[in-house]
Amino acid sequence: MADIKIEKKKGWKDLPACDYLEAGSAAAFETGDWRSERPVWIPENCIQCLFCWVYCPDSAVVVKDSLMAGFNYKHCKGCGICAVECPGKKGKKAIVMEAEKK
Amino acid sequence: MVNLKELSKRPELLSGGHRLCSGCGAGIIARQVMMAAADRPVVVANATGCLEVSTTIYPFSAWKAPWFHSAFENAAASCSGIEAAYKALKRTGKVNKDIRFITFGGDGGTYDIGFQSLSGAMERRHRMLYVCYNNEAYMNTGIQRSSATPLGAYASTSPVGKVKKGKEQIKKDLTKVMVAHNIPYVAQSAVGYWNDLITKTQKALDIDGPTFINVLQPCRLGWGYNPADTAVIGRMAVETCFWPIYEVVDGKYKINVKPKEKKPIEEYLKPQSRFKHLLRPENAGIVAEIQKNIDENWAWLLMMEECTNR
Repeated sequence: MADIKIEKKKGWKDLPACDYLEAGSAAAFETGDWRSERPVWIPENCIQCLFCWVYCPDSAVVVKDSLMAGFNYKHCKGCGICAVECPGKKGKKAIVMEAEKK
Repeated sequence: MVNLKELSKRPELLSGGHRLCSGCGAGIIARQVMMAAADRPVVVANATGCLEVSTTIYPFSAWKAPWFHSAFENAAASCSGIEAAYKALKRTGKVNKDIRFITFGGDGGTYDIGFQSLSGAMERRHRMLYVCYNNEAYMNTGIQRSSATPLGAYASTSPVGKVKKGKEQIKKDLTKVMVAHNIPYVAQSAVGYWNDLITKTQKALDIDGPTFINVLQPCRLGWGYNPADTAVIGRMAVETCFWPIYEVVDGKYKINVKPKEKKPIEEYLKPQSRFKHLLRPENAGIVAEIQKNIDENWAWLLMMEECTNR
């Protein structure tokens, strides 16, 4: 009969505490290639209301020093919520959607 | 009152690159709640659902706050356990920080599957905020009906054909059920009112006790509308009084948004493909029933606001 080695089971203290992922590592994943339309920012029509930022589901509106500073096209999925919510200046939108070129 | 310029200085606790649909309302709700909570240490527990599945696809995580998930039905129980452990550690002096606890659950994980654990956690008076992102069906698994699905709505298990005309039952009013738990703070909010949701989150986190916010979340996949209109649809639900925005603080009702003129429900039904069969002339009876339910509920709310604030 072959020698059977039975491995001693690990006690609960020897097991790793839990499986963990690095915080916010999803930022490394590109969801921008889902887009069929891209938002384009027109700074001269922007009143810096930040509605685009507060309504973006993908954290893809870049805000620097409390001012809108453009889009993160790596994460933007092109839903167009920002363009709809944008109040613009004198009826001119500061965010418009343009077809994504191939 | 919330200031967006001030909020934008806080750290972003939900990163981009998660795999929610483009134009998803759950992403908006999670971001706005985390914006409100980002000025203090916060721990998040998550029920199984769209938000949990798409923000934590292995080996990625979109959360920058301590985050916990174990199963569909026990998000509130898990969060209450974490809160109890925190209290014990604080009592023995091992933790000194003032930490807040938030649970996110979809309507499936809140109204149906997670209901008993939520009810228990609220009854045990844990200091935690439960946020339900309510998209009125099981969107993650293929749009099955839940007890939050409204009357007449299409779902894959409440189909539309020659005999069936969508869901045949009215939805459960979970907000009223939570009020019946006599907890210090219960509120309803909707995507499209960022100020309302952020203010309510801040208010709830400052209350020493269990709190609950039910947020209507338009779902571009299950509701069938143009994804750019997520916030517009949410506002339409409030303007037609289909989803009134109100809060109940220590039993006192306050309606936060009172539409100047109540829009007819057809305006809310029209842009959504889940209701498109209701606009046919033979289904006018269902629309009339929905309108009747809305009118009765709105009148009841106005009455409650008057009675409880005397």
